[in-house]
Amino acid sequence: MSEVAIVGVGLHPFGRHDAALTGMAMGAQACRLALADAGVSWADIGYAVGGSNVSGKPDTLVGVLGLTGVPFVNVRNGCATAGVALATAANAIRAGETDLALAVGFDKHARGAFAASPADYGHGDWYGETGLMVTTQFFAMKDRRYLHTHGLKDRLLAQVAAKAFRCGELNPAAWRRTALSEDEIMRARVINPPLTQYMLCSPSEGAAAVVLARADRAADLCERPVRLAAVAKRTRRFGSFEVFAPWLPPEAGHSPSVDAARAVFAAAGLSPSDVQVAQLQDTDSGAEIYHMAETGLCEDGAQQALIDLNETAPTGRLPVNTDGGCLANGEPVGASGLRQVIEVVLQLQGRAGARQVARAPRVGFTHVYGAPGISACTVLTSAT
Amino acid sequence: MIAVDPGLFSSLDPPRLAGSRCAACGTVTFPAASGCAKCAGTDLARIELADRGTLWTWTVQAIEPKAPYRAPPAFAPFGVGYVDLGDVIVESRLTGDPAGFEIGMAMRLTLLPLWPGPDGAPVVSYAFEASDE
Repeated sequence: MSEVAIVGVGLHPFGRHDAALTGMAMGAQACRLALADAGVSWADIGYAVGGSNVSGKPDTLVGVLGLTGVPFVNVRNGCATAGVALATAANAIRAGETDLALAVGFDKHARGAFAASPADYGHGDWYGETGLMVTTQFFAMKDRRYLHTHGLKDRLLAQVAAKAFRCGELNPAAWRRTALSEDEIMRARVINPPLTQYMLCSPSEGAAAVVLARADRAADLCERPVRLAAVAKRTRRFGSFEVFAPWLPPEAGHSPSVDAARAVFAAAGLSPSDVQVAQLQDTDSGAEIYHMAETGLCEDGAQQALIDLNETAPTGRLPVNTDGGCLANGEPVGASGLRQVIEVVLQLQGRAGARQVARAPRVGFTHVYGAPGISACTVLTSAT
Repeated sequence: MIAVDPGLFSSLDPPRLAGSRCAACGTVTFPAASGCAKCAGTDLARIELADRGTLWTWTVQAIEPKAPYRAPPAFAPFGVGYVDLGDVIVESRLTGDPAGFEIGMAMRLTLLPLWPGPDGAPVVSYAFEASDE
């Protein structure tokens, strides 16, 4: 099987944009930027995969990028959409279908929390009408249970958010670029205690794309190609605590993030302790905390010491969400996982500007998690 | 009184929730289901769930949710939590002062009036409240 490398990246900044700018147009721009970064043209792409949750059918993009006849797969897997798009594009190269593939994700969401339909998740109307169908309630309740079980303080939620906005301040492409103190975050409007408004990511707009190549061709296309050492995706198992669940069994099961992370490290032949820069799903600041442990980057409960010592900042031993993560970029659902990958690629290539991790990282990790219980992870390594 | 969804209850007076138990593996679900998420069994019997338990986790819905939430004329923040009934942990609205909520506290089932039904009788759902016992 062919090894796969990332040879070009393109990001349409996340945030709030002109009402007339469609998700699809942002997707096209991200594709063009990624193609230019790789120094190839759309006609060179032999396989494409696109993801969007609410902004149209991604394969429509061929109408503006060029009608080359390229095979194009559409993906719609909630918050894990872009991770699944990347895995699908990489597999086309591994299977020998093409030497050069493109993965793109885009979305343009309405303001405010996501609204969901009970029937889409197999629930009766009562579940929505009585006020239980609210994603942020789940985030708050999983956080509270996790902090309680592992003896962590609520203030840790503000510490994570403050770090996210400090990273956003250093990232020209971030949406929220103003640093906030822990006290400002703690005192902000309460949405679902223990979460205040700045501890929750907002739905936003944006797009991200990457160009993938057979690793043995990558050096011709890119000065510092990044090897996609492994990518893995998993769905939930019995007993995992998930959003929109009217019941749980008393026997706790682990989340799909645990399975996806174990699988990706095994496939890459590396362990979580090898990771020098990580991107974790931080839909709320508590999610960053428990995802650190679910992906194996630290033990349950060890987050307090790591975060107190600023080890998860770009200057620390285990930098997490160096571009500000979902908290500072918001979440265009279809693009979010590729934003994570792009940040790790820039870090491994030494192109991350003011937020560059100082000691030239060689191993990176990304993790997305989405409803109704799905996770996709990647391990990325310096190819040179 | 009219249940917001008749499938939720085995009785309204006294209030009791209905679930199901898998004949093959014993897994209890809420609401009642036709297939077992654990063992894929399809022989599930409808059962009455315990009306007492302990608070497993909780939050407060401090701002008015979007639809499909059916908002009352004046929105007031409400508690939400998971209550451990022993063989199943059930998600529920919580009534009472959130200042007193604490993981592990004793809870009991109660009815939650929602809105007037077509004939004026109240439509109800279920909630848990702190229990003194």
